[in-house]
Amino acid sequence: MRFERLWAVFYARNLEFFRDRSALGWNFIFPFLIVLGFGVIFSGKGFKEYRIGIFPHPSGTVSLDRAKIPAGFKEIRYAEFIGIHSLEEGLEKLRHHRIDFLLETGLAPHRYWIDDSSPKAYAIEGVFKGSLSPANVETLVQKEEIQGKQIRYIDWFFPGILSMNMMFSALWGVGYIVVRYRKNGVLKRLHATPLTALEYLLAQILSRLFLLIFTLTVVWIGCNLFFSFTVEGSYADLFIVFGVGGLSMCALGLLLASRGSSEEFTDGVLNFITWPMMFLSEVWFSIDSAPEWIKLASKALPLTHMVKAARKVMNDGAGLSEVTLELTVLISIAVVCLVAGAALFSWRK
Amino acid sequence: MVQPLLEIIDITKRYGEITAVDGVSVAVDEGTCFGLLGPNGAGKTTLLEIIEGILPQSAGEILYKGLPRPASFREEVGIQFQQTALLSFLTIRETLRTFQRLYRKSRDLKGLIRECRLEEIVDQHNDKISGGQRQRLLLALALVNDPELLFLDEPSTGLDPHARRDLWDIIERQKSLGKTLVLTTHYMEEAQHLCDEVAIMDHGKIIARGTPEALVSTHCKGATVSLPQSGFPEIQEGFPWPVQKIRERVVIHTDAVNSCLAVLMRNGAQLDEMVIRSPNLEDVFLNLTGHQLRNEK
Repeated sequence: MRFERLWAVFYARNLEFFRDRSALGWNFIFPFLIVLGFGVIFSGKGFKEYRIGIFPHPSGTVSLDRAKIPAGFKEIRYAEFIGIHSLEEGLEKLRHHRIDFLLETGLAPHRYWIDDSSPKAYAIEGVFKGSLSPANVETLVQKEEIQGKQIRYIDWFFPGILSMNMMFSALWGVGYIVVRYRKNGVLKRLHATPLTALEYLLAQILSRLFLLIFTLTVVWIGCNLFFSFTVEGSYADLFIVFGVGGLSMCALGLLLASRGSSEEFTDGVLNFITWPMMFLSEVWFSIDSAPEWIKLASKALPLTHMVKAARKVMNDGAGLSEVTLELTVLISIAVVCLVAGAALFSWRK
Repeated sequence: MVQPLLEIIDITKRYGEITAVDGVSVAVDEGTCFGLLGPNGAGKTTLLEIIEGILPQSAGEILYKGLPRPASFREEVGIQFQQTALLSFLTIRETLRTFQRLYRKSRDLKGLIRECRLEEIVDQHNDKISGGQRQRLLLALALVNDPELLFLDEPSTGLDPHARRDLWDIIERQKSLGKTLVLTTHYMEEAQHLCDEVAIMDHGKIIARGTPEALVSTHCKGATVSLPQSGFPEIQEGFPWPVQKIRERVVIHTDAVNSCLAVLMRNGAQLDEMVIRSPNLEDVFLNLTGHQLRNEK
């Protein structure tokens, strides 16, 4: 192995990345917009999870002071009350899941309609019935709140979205690019030089890793200006977690790109891999209530371990010793993918 | 006897049922320009890529300086592919520098840029240049390590006559420096102009080889008389020389031009647009295979 050759490919690849203005901009803007969007939507009072239709009522927002609905129900949080003209219109909206619960105004007995297959409807129905219970219900329950510093939603969400962005950037940035180079003959031209497969692959991975960390830093600084993230652990540990996570993603991308020259096929394979990772790695929501086999499958995904380790460091103040398992899994995935990718690698179509 | 620089011994390449290269053996002497001439699909590029080490052969052996190609083979050779893409968003200078760093031994970039006439475009991106400039850049990339042996696959395909001449000048300079060249082409002018020795390939086999002059004198004696079909009378019956119809013209191969012209005139042929020329490698190929180099069958 010769460092000069590795450097030549590393440097050329970085120049390509920084000069491709449209791709460069998207790499920074996409995660920033996602974080900004979800931060605004999910943080604080603006977030509405349930949509409750009230009829007969002029369309638009319902003025709860004047609406003839049970007083206790008016106090429900994370709900939006929507005025609806008629029962027919309300049923139509209910059928198409544009509202979760339809309530007729007026005195008891209160009439309401729900879609029995909707989990949200089931929850609101319980809340609605609860709101009609006698006031002395408070004596039957005891409310306890979690102690210590609360984790803001945005602080929980941010490590996940950064990890997901790194996954997309690594898999497409390595996998897709290598396949494109194989297809258009760049790899063949490089193969005609003394450059070895190992040198080329290492240069690709190191270049992408450098770009991932660079992008991560810029996005972090940009988002931090808006949300002032709380990092309970050390920044150095977080850097190591993202670095190891990025390495395992790049290696996975390399394995996927080790053969083949069809961009369409690679696109399909990358989607096939990234979509389950996106939804099963708890980037967006917890899968605690999912069936056991889904939880087990989730543990095989690098993104799961990356997100988990990043959240442990950022949200819980964990040190490296407390994320050893996640780092070990990520490094193992990286080594296996690198070795397999290098063994299977082909310069030609 | 001098050891050839390159020996190709009974090379065969099969793709399933198809045999792309069929038991080819040739030797290339140091300091010569060796040309593989043949139509598209003859197996030239496949053979060249096997010699370069890009493709594995199904059978046969390749010797470089009398031995199997060493690990350092790629350090010592320069390769220009027929079609190639380059790393995007790099200027000509950056592209050359990137490739320069891939070799232990390399040429001074200034001299290379000057020799390949790239001075005016050296700061342009490599995908924003003309076809002729691109071919000169690809040739410069092949020369960046100052190779002893240079492989050029269809170096002037698609170029206009002026750009082709420019490229030939650069290749001829390499010849004058004593470099060994192996090139493929389907332009007989190119083979005739550049090559010291030519092997004619068709259907994966070498059907003739020698110097261009020897091939012509061996396989095409006499001259070629060509005239429009409309001016050619109905005299095929008993006409003493072979006649071929190529596009809109009738082509007669004869070793007795005077007699041929006399017969044509006697039969009322229109000679206003007649062309008489000496045979070339295209005629050699036509004679050997019955079809043309550029328009396959």
